[in-house]
Amino acid sequence: MDLTHTQQELEFRDELRAWLSTNVPAGWQKQTADHSVEERFRFLCGWQKTLFHGGWAGVSWPKEYGGRGATLMQTAIFWEEMARAEAPPMANVLGLGLIGPTVIAYGNTAQKQRFLSKILSADEIWCQGFSEPNAGSDLAALSTEAVLDGDHYVINGHKVWNSYGWVADWCELVVRTDKNAPQHKGLTVILVDMKTPGVEVKGLKQITGESEFCELFFRDVRVPVENVVGEVNNGWKVAIGTLMHERGTFGAGIQVAYQRNFKRLVSLARKLHRDQDPIVRNKLAQLAAEIDIMRLNQMRAFSRINATGVPGPEGSIQKIFWSELNQRLQQVAQEILGPYGQLGKGDSYGFDEGAWSFGYLRARGNTIEAGTSEIQRNIIGHYVLGLPKSY
Amino acid sequence: MNFGLSESQQILRSNAKKFFANECPSAEVRRIMDTPTAFDAKLYAKMAEQGFTGIIFPEQYGGLGLGRVEMAALLEEMGRALVPGPYFSTVFLAGAVIDAAGSHEQKLKYLQPLAEGTQRATLALLEASASWDPNDVQMDGSAALSGEKLFVNDAASADFLVVAARVQGELALYIVDANAVAITPMNGMDLTRRICAVHFDKAPAELLARGDIAEKALQFALLTATVALSAELTGTMQRAMELAVEYAKTRKQFGKAIGSYQAVQHQCADMYLLTESSRSASMYAAWALETNAPDAAKAASVAKMYSSDAARQITANAIQIHGGNGFTWENDCHLCFRRAKAAETMLGDPAYHRENIAELVIDGAPFETAEETDAVFVSGV
Repeated sequence: MDLTHTQQELEFRDELRAWLSTNVPAGWQKQTADHSVEERFRFLCGWQKTLFHGGWAGVSWPKEYGGRGATLMQTAIFWEEMARAEAPPMANVLGLGLIGPTVIAYGNTAQKQRFLSKILSADEIWCQGFSEPNAGSDLAALSTEAVLDGDHYVINGHKVWNSYGWVADWCELVVRTDKNAPQHKGLTVILVDMKTPGVEVKGLKQITGESEFCELFFRDVRVPVENVVGEVNNGWKVAIGTLMHERGTFGAGIQVAYQRNFKRLVSLARKLHRDQDPIVRNKLAQLAAEIDIMRLNQMRAFSRINATGVPGPEGSIQKIFWSELNQRLQQVAQEILGPYGQLGKGDSYGFDEGAWSFGYLRARGNTIEAGTSEIQRNIIGHYVLGLPKSY
Repeated sequence: MNFGLSESQQILRSNAKKFFANECPSAEVRRIMDTPTAFDAKLYAKMAEQGFTGIIFPEQYGGLGLGRVEMAALLEEMGRALVPGPYFSTVFLAGAVIDAAGSHEQKLKYLQPLAEGTQRATLALLEASASWDPNDVQMDGSAALSGEKLFVNDAASADFLVVAARVQGELALYIVDANAVAITPMNGMDLTRRICAVHFDKAPAELLARGDIAEKALQFALLTATVALSAELTGTMQRAMELAVEYAKTRKQFGKAIGSYQAVQHQCADMYLLTESSRSASMYAAWALETNAPDAAKAASVAKMYSSDAARQITANAIQIHGGNGFTWENDCHLCFRRAKAAETMLGDPAYHRENIAELVIDGAPFETAEETDAVFVSGV
């Protein structure tokens, strides 16, 4: 056991830290506070381009595809430093974290040349078409259909919960290409240009009042066969590979964000003269401990992947941990803020521009998105503990 | 960076696991816990032979001189086996205090026999207030010691006691011969680790340390003990989880293994989450202590409070998953459940450690007003 960084990790960190200190736009939060969703997204695209030109977009991607070839530890350092520098998030989150790695792992040379560089530069924004109204947790039950017609697939179906659907240029879509094969064996991953006739995007208004997600409708959408990633009818493996990325590398920076929210909450407890209330102190201490433990679990998981090359069982608890912890954090925030906690954006009596009421509502989605808590517990029960499959 | 056991640490751990599987199986735990003091000289001698009694002590006093991470790895296996007797009080309560507070001569005289396993000792700290906070020690230490100490672990099998008292407002640590005091068993829940009331009536005492040195030494020793106990608790919850998962795989109702039902399976998944998280917390606390990290005290409190709560929940749910079987004396679940409760209140309960953490993260944080803070907020996640 040795938790000190190697020389190489320290050099990486220092180089990045120096770069961020001169390149993160000062006061960007305040400057973009009044932006519309579209304006804000354009700003984030600009920021990603800055990172791209500095060589910091896609740090974990191999060098030959425009990345930095960073180790897992360096990738973790990257996200921690981004959060510490209070840098804006990147625009093309799904492209960088999910679709790019999938194309690198399963795509052919032409696809790599066509798509990868524009993912890094944010010139092409990506979304992901996985879930359907009747295929959520049971993803393999999806029914969006692709029928071969010459050198094109003709796609019909309905996808939901598509982050960035409203702004995406491309979509990584999972479709059914063989209706007669067993559920998991008839699926294919295909890349769809969102400007193709027959693609319709509708905002999906959430409990927060915002439309962070979209619904996608496909009506006789013709997609060339060369856009298939991996083999036809091998889409389950390709799609699951993507999900593994989503669960594996996501969240290295989360604990820094939680740490910051926690500190802010302590300040508010003081301001409201509640910081000496023993019940409040007890609850804040519990949160502080759990935020620390979330980071430690993550460090252990990274160390294990480093040593063995495969995500260990520790990784499977991360999703449950961060999502349920955020709900607990938001709940304690509401208890401390009392009547102020409910105040939304634009209310001059509230704190932090309505962030706490938004956070409280938004946190309900955490235990649903990227695999519900129930699905995560099924995974631990069956794949880690070896209990019989429950469904 | 490597957050995991090194090869030699892994070997130490797997050897310990084998040792306890052979020397301290459940039947042996039950036999020993039925004896008056839950102390078995033969088992203790074998543990000493392995070097367990000297694991953290310097080689010049008969120890192995290993680090806190090795300590945590060993203690996890001990907790898993529910090792009965005075090992913990000898090494981590009395031994750790003498190591931190004693003179060279005192270490030769008192620490060496503990490290070599030829004598046993304990720490008499708590009084009627039942507080683990050294500031609450009131026993008058100005002359020979008189008064009462409560919840003293394994005093009945100890050769001597380390006693905390107060002299002119200052904390003082003494060594007192066990024959010079009256020891009465208390009827504690954990049958594998006994607690006693100790009555002092002008008992002769040898001074270990006083004042600032005594406070720092005691604080440091308690930190080590706290981390050791957190690791031990992690082992006990691992055992309870293994029992529950095994039962859920084999017990059939309505024609299927009960572990195939999500109501049962998800409880097992939660046990896994809590156990792994407790393991991360105690391993980190051990490393922080080993390297004198600035957050070592916080890390110890995080580990103890989290593992205490987790062990109580996991061992209780292990009983629930076993159904009626889990409620019987013959089933080992209640041994884990009892140990978890006793260890929860030992060395500070979760509320005590949460207040420790609160002092660090609330009172210790730099004050900033809402106006001064440029609120950066990640509300989605």
